[in-house]
Order: sequence, then C-alpha cells, then structure tokens
Amino acid sequence: MNKVLEVRGLSKIYGPGCASCVESTGPEKETNLCPHCGSVVALHDVSFDLHEGEILGVMGESGSGKSTVVKNLYFDQMPSSGEATFFDADKQHDLFCLNAARQRWLRNHRFGMVYQNPHLGLNFNISAGGNIAERLLMSDLMDYGQIRERAKALLARTEVLLSRMDDLPGNFSGGMQQRVQIAKALATQPPLLYLDEVTTGLDLSVQARILDLILEIQQELKTAMVVVTHDLGVIRLLAGRAIVMKYGRIIESGLTDQILEDPQHAYTQRLVASAL
Amino acid sequence: MRASILKVENFAKHFRLHEQNKFIPSSHDVNLTVYAGELTALIGPTGAGKSSVLKGIYRTYLPSAGRILYRHALDHEIDLVHASDHQILELRRCDIGFVTQFLHCLPRQATLDVVAHPLVTLGIAREEARRRAAELLSAMNLPERLWSVSPATFSGGERQRVNLARGLIARPRLLLLDEPTASLDPATSEIVIGLIEDLKAQGTAMLAIFHHPELTRRLADRVVELSPPPALAKSLEKECA
Repeated sequence: MNKVLEVRGLSKIYGPGCASCVESTGPEKETNLCPHCGSVVALHDVSFDLHEGEILGVMGESGSGKSTVVKNLYFDQMPSSGEATFFDADKQHDLFCLNAARQRWLRNHRFGMVYQNPHLGLNFNISAGGNIAERLLMSDLMDYGQIRERAKALLARTEVLLSRMDDLPGNFSGGMQQRVQIAKALATQPPLLYLDEVTTGLDLSVQARILDLILEIQQELKTAMVVVTHDLGVIRLLAGRAIVMKYGRIIESGLTDQILEDPQHAYTQRLVASAL
Repeated sequence: MRASILKVENFAKHFRLHEQNKFIPSSHDVNLTVYAGELTALIGPTGAGKSSVLKGIYRTYLPSAGRILYRHALDHEIDLVHASDHQILELRRCDIGFVTQFLHCLPRQATLDVVAHPLVTLGIAREEARRRAAELLSAMNLPERLWSVSPATFSGGERQRVNLARGLIARPRLLLLDEPTASLDPATSEIVIGLIEDLKAQGTAMLAIFHHPELTRRLADRVVELSPPPALAKSLEKECA
C-alpha cells in the first residue's frame, strides 16, 4: 500500500508561547492552557501516516485538538512546527514549506474538505450547482457545458435532487447541505479528503445515509480520508485505524476494533465505557 | 509433516482497567501450533481465555506477552505481536479470517453483501462476489428469501451461518473460529462440519474454539487445553495499584 500522507511532530500553539508550554500542558496536566504565558497548546507532537484508500479516525472530546489537525493539513491554519508530506503519484510535497500559491493549488486540486458547519465549506450566496462549478473553475475546467454536466453528475452521486441544483444552499436541510459539501469536495476527485464532524447534529437516519455514501465513495474512488469525530459509532463504521487525542496530544493509536475492545489508556477506557 | 502456519509461544493476555484500578488476567502461558490443512482445537472451561487467544492473534486485543509467529505464503515469518497496524490490516484482508461468536453488521446491509464483502475488498467485482456468496449461502441452506435483507432480524442459527459464510468465502490461509456450530441445529451443524472439512482439504489452517467433545473428536488434528488463570496473586494487585 502506498503512503499518501506522512505527518511528523505537528504542533500548534495559540499565543506567545514560552519554554514551559509543553511540559505544563497535556493529558497528565489535564489542561492545554499554559499557566506561565497563557498560551493554548492546541497540538503537540502529532505524528501519523495515512495510506492510499485508507480511512483514519481521529477521535477525542471537544478541545482535544482533533479539528486543528485537519485545519492545519488543509492550510486553513499554519502549524507552529512540524512537517507533513503529501505523496501524489511520483511527486512529494512538503506541505508547510510550499509557497501560498502551491498550497492553494493543492487545496483546490488534490485535497477535499467537508466541514461540520456547511457555512465554512459552501458559499451560501450562490446555488448548489454554482458551488460545485466554483471548485471546478478553480481546478481549470472552463467549459460551461462540461461544468454543468459534471456538477449534475456529482450531485446525482451524492443523492441531491437535480431539480434543486439551482437553489441556494440556505434553502436546503442540514443533511442536503452536507451532501452538497461532499459533492463539492469530490469535484476534483481528490486522492485525499478531510471530514470534520460531518454528521454531527444530523438526524440518525440522515447520518446513516451520509456515512454509507462516504463508505461507497471510499470503495469506488479509493480516496484516503481523515475522519474527525467524537462519535465512536462513526469511527467504528468508517475507520480501519484510529488515533485518540486529549489536550492536543495523541494518547493512543491502533486498529479501530482494538481501540474499542481493548483500549489501553485510562481516558480511552472511559470514553469507550461511556458509549451509548 | 505439513508446514506450520501459526506458532503461538508463551502468549498471555490480561486487562488493566485504570478507572476501577483492576487487573484482570485472561489467557496465560498459551503455546500452540497450527498447520496448513489441519485444525487445532482450543478447549477448556469458560474464563480460560480461549477467545482472548483468537482476538490476540487477530489484534482485536493487544497481547500482553509472548510471540505469535505467522508464516507467509512466501515463507517468511512475522511476529504478529510486533507487526504494524498496516501489516495486520493487510493480513486480515488477504490471509487471516475470523468467525467471531457474534455477527456485527449494519442493520441496512443485505445478507448477500455482508457475505460478499471479503471478496470485494480483495478486488473481485461486486457481481462476481455476490454470485459466489449466493452459491455459498445456498450450500449452507440459508433460504433465498433472506438474502436480500439484513441479518439483523435473523434467528441465532441463521445469523451464525451468515457469519460463517463471510469467514469462509475468501478461503483464508488461516481461519480463526470461535464456536462455529454454537446455536446450529444438528442438520446445519453437519453442513458446517462438511464445509470445514472441505476447507481443511484445500489447505486452510484453522484454530477453533469448541465446546462439544464430539466436534473436537471429529474435526481436530490437535487439541490444546487451556486452564483458567491461577488465583490472582497479591503481588499483581499491588503492581497495578
């Protein structure tokens, strides 16, 4: 199996930072707020690999830093330190050493992101179809007819009614908005997709159909995915491997069934024991 | 003598429950070998850690001690205790099957797809995979009217057959079976026994937990008896505290 992504020592500190930040925060200290300088250590020394066609689950409670991981990898933010390498066919990209233009190119062509909040992923001032066209335009498809056809195909694939293609996303239900977001993220057939709490807050039946859709896409297109969620059910369904985060650190990683059936860390044991 | 596929040496598994501050021993001092085309039976009373051995081999549990040496088709050996997660995932996909006691599947996935799934992950086209799944399910006497619905509503025996079919379909090199004929009626048990014999004849190595001496007598080439862990020594409790 080929590696798609290699992340090493990813750290993110909000605030001035000081020499004591790292040692005064973390799971043992039960905080990510540095008592000396008031900085927030959102991530410290996060490392993992992602292989082609694989789904990696990132779990943990609010504030554990799990969303910050994908936000950094999608260039929504820059990390304080660390490296990430994206392997694309025969090319390697050192993500945090690229200039802004190269980063934008990767973001538009080779990565996809689906946010929990559709307002972050969709432009609410243009139609559902227009949102997808926007991404296709950024990836250099210019022919109106082709763009329209491709947008139709994507919306059909994600089960959005084509009769509503020209409606504004604001008039859609939450589940439909997520489907449009997924269609938009998939528009360029990216080999790497980030999903940040995509089913949180949706009805159970809507959740199930979106998760099924994600699995189908992974099987069809062999897209590698990083799935951030606090929901153990989502992890169990989607992810082959998972990492567990707390106060910005990875405290445990392993095969999903192992983490759920034989968790090693006290926190993971508590997390698994509190599943409904 | 046939080639050994799996060698388990001094395997042990215990659980540390941090919240309750408890140490729970399960398997201890397990030694066994499984050969190609043979079945090794794991027997012993409840609580002797039989399932923990299977789950330890499959990495659903992290082994606490010992070695689990698996021999690849190309003859190199790998210690599953230290194999990477990706190596284990690859072995699960291509080499090692596990029929657990309980079938976990989505309540909205058709039985045919549940059974066909291991073939699909091997890259076999969905239609072909479904065709082979249908063949196997009819050989196992699972009524055709059930194929298109989820096993969630099935009886224990029907579910067990689906579970077995899914484990057998890809003809793994090593198959782990946790009480494969529990909750089956005598006629269906016979069918399952026949399938296990066929698989053995084709060279699959099997490690199975059996409760009926009759089954062990009929199917096992070797028998390994596990005993429950010795009474918890005070020193262990202290170590955990």
